Amino acid sequence: MTGPKNLESRTKHIRATWASRCNKILYMSSVETEFPTVGLNVTEGRDQLYWKTIRAFQYIYQHHRNDYDWVLKADDDTFVVIENLHYTLSKQDPEKPVYFGRRFRPFVHQGYMSGGAGYVLSKEAVRRFIEGFDMAKCTHFSIIEDMALGKCMETMGVEPGDSRDVKGRQTFHPYPPDKYLIKKPPRKRPWFLLYDYYKPREGPECCSDHTVSFHYIYNVQMYMLEYLTYNLRPYGYQYRYNPDSAETESESNTTTPVSA
Amino acid sequence: MLSEGSSFMKGMALGGIFCLLLSLLGSFTPGMQSSPEDQHHHHHHIKAPTNDELQSLSEPQMLELSQKVRVYCVIMVQPKVLVYWATAKDTWGKHCDQAVFYSSESAKALEAVDLNEQDEWAKLHKALKHAYDNSGDLRWFFVARPTTFAIIENLKYLVLAKDPNEPFYIGHTMKSGELEYVEYESGIVLSYEALRRLVNVFKDGEKCPERGRSLWKLSEEKQLAMCLKYTGVFAENGEDTQGKGLFNSKSVGSLIEDGMSKNSLDVVEGCCSDLAITFSGMSPNQMQVMMFGVYRLRPYGHNFHDSLIFLPPEGSDND
Repeated sequence: MTGPKNLESRTKHIRATWASRCNKILYMSSVETEFPTVGLNVTEGRDQLYWKTIRAFQYIYQHHRNDYDWVLKADDDTFVVIENLHYTLSKQDPEKPVYFGRRFRPFVHQGYMSGGAGYVLSKEAVRRFIEGFDMAKCTHFSIIEDMALGKCMETMGVEPGDSRDVKGRQTFHPYPPDKYLIKKPPRKRPWFLLYDYYKPREGPECCSDHTVSFHYIYNVQMYMLEYLTYNLRPYGYQYRYNPDSAETESESNTTTPVSA
Repeated sequence: MLSEGSSFMKGMALGGIFCLLLSLLGSFTPGMQSSPEDQHHHHHHIKAPTNDELQSLSEPQMLELSQKVRVYCVIMVQPKVLVYWATAKDTWGKHCDQAVFYSSESAKALEAVDLNEQDEWAKLHKALKHAYDNSGDLRWFFVARPTTFAIIENLKYLVLAKDPNEPFYIGHTMKSGELEYVEYESGIVLSYEALRRLVNVFKDGEKCPERGRSLWKLSEEKQLAMCLKYTGVFAENGEDTQGKGLFNSKSVGSLIEDGMSKNSLDVVEGCCSDLAITFSGMSPNQMQVMMFGVYRLRPYGHNFHDSLIFLPPEGSDND
């Protein structure tokens, strides 16, 4: 999701990094350009974000209905590792009504997915979202895009999935890595973790090796994450985390939320 | 005859004194006495072995090498920057086979060899001597300050096929007049033989004084290069198979900014090597993020068929 003002400063760097790993990438804006951007029937502005999202999904459903199994919505300041998204979704069925992201607890009974961290809807979930608006079961009742979409998901019977890895580490992150990774002495939940549905962790356990996204990532950091993810590596290093190995499969992934 | 002879003798004496004066003056300049080796001055490069070179080694040889390349890290700290010290210890220091901290003065909070010394060159001098005396069976030495971040596995890969019984002095090379030296900030690599020769020349207070001459005080990195040069050891630039430098005195972010301002077509490709060994100028928090970025964050399904295996360190949670 982007706009004319951000193409040079933000979206350009997404196009230069992770966008090409998507099977298909669409840059949603209020204006059609040669970037290329899709011009949706909206105006720019934070209070228009949910309208833009609704129109974006409607556009995709109208023009690309048979081109996808999953649809990822991300912002122009989100860094995404597409291979890890593929991996997270590989065990899921796109024909089922389900969506994944960083699950938040408040406002919506079943929880909702953080907008900034990016969320991904199954084919069926997209169909139900469109149907919701067609049948006026879902409306633009709030400008808070992620929460409002989450409410629509609940209304339309779309299940919020658990995107954590086999060690219970989060894969979608609404903030940059330094927010979570720095070890802190045990403390009460800081403000940026207050919404988390599953009990959050600070320090190295915060984040999966196969992380899918970070948010609030701008130009230099975008390339830096690209370099750290895809280029720089320790030669010969035997990584500790191997999700497919027999040992880790035996570890169960709890889905019950822990009370805050 | 006698008068001619005495003039000749006077001339000889004068000439002799003049020469002596000249050579004495010469030894006070920071310039180098030329040795046979640098009549043919080449820009020395050390490249990491290519996969072809490695494949020429048999599997048992490769396994033997994985365990054989062991690194003693000489980390030069100061109590006034305690947080960097603690960070180095908690991050990249764990990947050294042995990491020893050498401090200018003792600090209660962290364990270090107290050099009881403020002069930079004297500190380095003492630390290297101590490292040599305590190296056990470790044959490679990496010298850095805790403001540097290092990926020791990539260092091991660089020196993999090199014999530590040969003299090696590797890093990011810089030139100062005729002197080529390894930049301290991006880390210095010494083989056992290079260190042995260095410790030997330390005994020579003329060639390699423990305290820099106050008139021509050289930085410790240049002093090191000079002492090594006396022993026939020359600085070599560490680079990958594409010629990209492996030792960086800047942070990843800074190098990327450079690429962006140059409007490179591929900012990441142009930035830095995939097997980079050092970066510098990062904050302690950034170093924690580097541990995650280097040792954990990766795309599922991208596997490398490396010829060596380096195991993760024991008792560590951030790699």
